[in-house]
Amino acid sequence: MALLEVKDLQVRVEEREILHGLTLTVNEGQVHAIMGPNGSGKSTLSHVIAGKPGYEVTGGQILFRGEDLLEMSPDMRAAKGVFLAFQYPVEIPGVATMTFLRTALNAQRKARGESEYSTPDFLRKVREVSKSLNIPQDMLKRGVNVGFSGGEKKRNEVLQMALFEPSLCILDEMDSGLDIDALRIAADGVNALRSPKRAMVVITHYQRLLNYIVPDVVHVMSKGRVVKSGGKELALELEASGYAQFEDAA
Amino acid sequence: MPAVQETVERVKRIDVDQYRYGFETQIESDKAPKGLSEDTVRFISEKKNEPAWMLQWRLEAYRRWLTMTEPTWARVNYPKIDFQDLYYYSAPKPKKTVTSLDEIDPEILKTYEKLGIPLREVAMLEGVEPKPGEQDPARRKIAVDAVFDSVSVATTFKAELKKAGVIFMPISEAIREHPELVQKYLGSVVPTSDNFYATLNSAVFSDGSFVYVPPGVRCPMELSTYFRINERNTGQFERTLIIADKGSYVSYLEGCTAPQRDENQLHAAVVELVAHDDAEIKYSTVQNWYPGNSEGKGGIYNFVTKRGDCRGDRSKISWTQVETGSAITWKYPSCILRGDNSSGEFYSIAISNGFQQVDSGTKMIHLGKNTSSRIISKGIAAGKSQNTYRGLVTAHRKATGARNFTACDSLLIGDKCGAHTVPYIEAKNSSATFEHEATTSKISEDVLFYCVQRGLSQEEAVGLVVNGFVKDVLQQLPMEFAVEAQKLISISLEGSVG
Repeated sequence: MALLEVKDLQVRVEEREILHGLTLTVNEGQVHAIMGPNGSGKSTLSHVIAGKPGYEVTGGQILFRGEDLLEMSPDMRAAKGVFLAFQYPVEIPGVATMTFLRTALNAQRKARGESEYSTPDFLRKVREVSKSLNIPQDMLKRGVNVGFSGGEKKRNEVLQMALFEPSLCILDEMDSGLDIDALRIAADGVNALRSPKRAMVVITHYQRLLNYIVPDVVHVMSKGRVVKSGGKELALELEASGYAQFEDAA
Repeated sequence: MPAVQETVERVKRIDVDQYRYGFETQIESDKAPKGLSEDTVRFISEKKNEPAWMLQWRLEAYRRWLTMTEPTWARVNYPKIDFQDLYYYSAPKPKKTVTSLDEIDPEILKTYEKLGIPLREVAMLEGVEPKPGEQDPARRKIAVDAVFDSVSVATTFKAELKKAGVIFMPISEAIREHPELVQKYLGSVVPTSDNFYATLNSAVFSDGSFVYVPPGVRCPMELSTYFRINERNTGQFERTLIIADKGSYVSYLEGCTAPQRDENQLHAAVVELVAHDDAEIKYSTVQNWYPGNSEGKGGIYNFVTKRGDCRGDRSKISWTQVETGSAITWKYPSCILRGDNSSGEFYSIAISNGFQQVDSGTKMIHLGKNTSSRIISKGIAAGKSQNTYRGLVTAHRKATGARNFTACDSLLIGDKCGAHTVPYIEAKNSSATFEHEATTSKISEDVLFYCVQRGLSQEEAVGLVVNGFVKDVLQQLPMEFAVEAQKLISISLEGSVG
């Protein structure tokens, strides 16, 4: 069974149709890249999978391990293993990153009927994970993303990904706002999390990110549909010729 | 279990219309006839076996009150109060003089049990990290002077306090036992003519707490009073007077709950604090009186006058409040910085949900030289509520080197509520340094979505964000209140997001 199956998905935002019958299948262990120009519906797709309010699904379905994802609340989707790394992670003043991580992890575990981590167990786990990602302990004491640089924010997303161990990671425009060094660090973190049990969907404008996170499959989106799919060489082709050819095709 | 989750567990068990503390105790009570007249004032004074000077004091206040009109400047709306349609005195009928807890009406004890109020000695802080300057938190204790419907029915810890020379007793008792202290200080911070509600209180106050800490004494425990309004239609007129003599220190905690009622209930308390040279008073409040039901019916009207007088040099008064209840809150705990180098602090969390209206803030009145004050106010508005911060910072001509820092932050949840900031700043000498910062923000959909995407429910997400927002103030509360307050904040915001 596929991990994620998006079938003929149609989505509206305020009466305007953004996705017009999008289909996508992602299997465990695969990394898919979704590329496309601004307004092609890439971010909409990621938001609808994660369950962000404000989108109206007018047709099609999304199955996650065969279960109807659209029937689940966003927090239940998270507990089931859907993780969205945000393009612009939000700041939560006054809430220590450590507190946030623990509250979220235990909420997920509880929703799955697992026991919650005790404080010492949790601290051990966080320390282990942050060490492997080279994240200083000091960062965990600060408010969630408050005063973080662009790179730190993205590393905080990767840290959560490592900690929550989701089976599907959607990375929304992960490269935005990052310089080349920060990008490499974040991408290294993501690559460390690639596993045969985990799938990733990498959403990006630019081929650049895919030099660091090399995909198995590349999809090109235009005007709310997947217009072409192929191997990693498709990304290079796009880099050379641009999106214009696909806009005509759509 | 993290407090946020625990809170949600608790919230789930509460129906909106089933205010957790909304039960009524069946006990016989001793009431003054309905309405207010000189006779009512005499009745109250007689019930309390008060000396003649006290009755005169009350009567003067009453006569003054007759000439006054209700203030209307606050940003709150409510139907006109018929002051003749209220009872001004109600007390549980004493069976006999109480010497131990066993003799107290079991119904009353049961009420306290439901409220989770400890009447016995408690060493609550086992294993808790000590605050700076405190060596042995596990041995810190709380003394409870329990105020039940206007009359103090139990006072614990008396002996230990007595050993330290601290006087902590119902004010009605202090009037009889320490008339020289009461006469000297009562009304010296909030004069009988101060304002409509304070004057009313002066005429008809029923009971409250009295604290005197002698020179050089650090009060050996946190003092705590729980107020509870029980009798239907009974206005509560608490009167509290705390005096910290030279070089002394006292921390006083006040916490409140009230049962559900359809009629609006009036509460007009007066709290006076006096700090002499080098003395420090810390006064903390957690208030969660019945806010009214989901349609805005019922709820407590809370018109309180709280004022501290930093009378001595280098004295310090600190107010910390967590206001979550009441239908209407009208409350401005203030500091008069009279002594040179004295300082005042005001830390406030005011939460309004449903149809609640809050108009609260502080006054920092700089009179002495090199006085300083600090105001940190966090207002949170949800539902259809209105939340106003109103503050006055003033430096008089002789208050050279006066300093104030004010930060007022408002958080809005949803789009049907309102937050307002009304700061008044007056500097009458050029050496004053006043800083004012204010922000208003909204819990954005993006923040909530981020949290739920990481597995938190909507309610947990709101609780987490709000607790982060108020963290600076929560840290000012004594530990045992901080935990309670954190839970209360989340409970108060239940149902604030769709």
